[in-house]
Amino acid sequence: MQNIIERLLAGDRRALARMVTLLESETPQARRYLAELHQHSGKAHIVGVTGAPGAGKSTLVTHLVRELRRREHKVGIVAVDPTSPFSGGAILGDRIRMMELAGDPNVFIRSMASRGSLGGLAASTRDVVRAMDAAGYDPIIIETVGTGQAEVEIMRTAQTVLVVVAPGMGDDIQAIKAGILEIADIFVVSKMDKPGADQTVAELAMLLSLDTRRSSAAWRIPIVKTSALKDEGFVQLADAVQHHHEYLLTSGLLTQRAQRQIRSELQMLVVQAVINTLKAEVHEDEWQRLIDEITNRERDPYTVAHELAVRIGLK
Amino acid sequence: MAETRPIRVLVAKPGLDGHDRGAKIIARALRDAGMEVIYTGIRQTPEMIVEAAIQEDVDAILMSILSGAHMALFPKVMALLKQNNVADVLVAAGGILPDEDIPTITAMGIKGCFGPGTSMEEIIRFVRENIQADRLSVEV
Repeated sequence: MQNIIERLLAGDRRALARMVTLLESETPQARRYLAELHQHSGKAHIVGVTGAPGAGKSTLVTHLVRELRRREHKVGIVAVDPTSPFSGGAILGDRIRMMELAGDPNVFIRSMASRGSLGGLAASTRDVVRAMDAAGYDPIIIETVGTGQAEVEIMRTAQTVLVVVAPGMGDDIQAIKAGILEIADIFVVSKMDKPGADQTVAELAMLLSLDTRRSSAAWRIPIVKTSALKDEGFVQLADAVQHHHEYLLTSGLLTQRAQRQIRSELQMLVVQAVINTLKAEVHEDEWQRLIDEITNRERDPYTVAHELAVRIGLK
Repeated sequence: MAETRPIRVLVAKPGLDGHDRGAKIIARALRDAGMEVIYTGIRQTPEMIVEAAIQEDVDAILMSILSGAHMALFPKVMALLKQNNVADVLVAAGGILPDEDIPTITAMGIKGCFGPGTSMEEIIRFVRENIQADRLSVEV
């Protein structure tokens, strides 16, 4: 059998699908594959779509991708849904809305469970995107779990971030203005066919006008109005996504963002390596003893942590 | 390497049934058993089911049909799986499947048939025991 990487690079969908499973499992072997995939990635425009549960993210992605397919892009989609904190299981339902894309050989959809990550993505989402990138998908759309205020991990993974806001949420705009509203490159007001939609657009426009940090920047954040019901606004949305990509390229911001993302990725990888070393060095009975001692106030967590750090060779 | 990952299951409704309460209950039960369940909604064509199974790299496909179209749709799904060299995925069926059809369904390579009244425990156990163990090993 041909090497899985070669098959993936040649466009074999099953090789890509199996690779994603391996990457999700975060094994040492997956890391070796990633090292190889890295050389072949970096070509795709990575677009994040985030917003509250029920804001219309999956529907929006479906319509956006339909428009991108008209423009003959080969599109990858990573759709993240939450893992149950109780059973570890998940229901991944984003494909329900994406049904019309299901038969298209130039669209690759992968559902991911968040598997305990809290930032709106799964820990390995970035790796999965890298594999799709190497396989020639461009753009790659990442749909986050339904987000509230603080799930801004998408900012560290995507190049262009769409924040979807549905009308009728009233003061919720106030509630989220300090959170995910801050990471938008493009705002989308979905469900424009619903009452109160114009009000939502007006509120967002006002919020933006108050934002001095961003109103002085060269990129003016557009508010795109869409209605999946009437099939309106998706040409404008695809245009806005494309314009933002061009802006990132010409302003040099693309490189700057990539470097920031690589810095945070490197730090995370080192932290993970430290955790793995620690797990190999300290066995479960010792953890339990240390935890007991700290619980009983015989010792304190800071000193114990310092001792452990020294033991695995950290200063 | 013995470490395993969550089992991934595709729950699919082929054909024109408009009713998917049963499929949703099963999806929920599998989730509560710690599995990752991809649910694609109603009115799926065999092509959509097989394509989803490939892209999602699932360990098992559970199809539910109530409309009586199983003898038309199941062979198509099995043929498409074969055509795409998908040989390591467990396929099972549920819904309204007359007893006299079951030998034919089984002969297609569909390993389990579950009618009304099947307990959730039975389905969960069936999936756990019948998916290919080497698929779950995280090293290939």
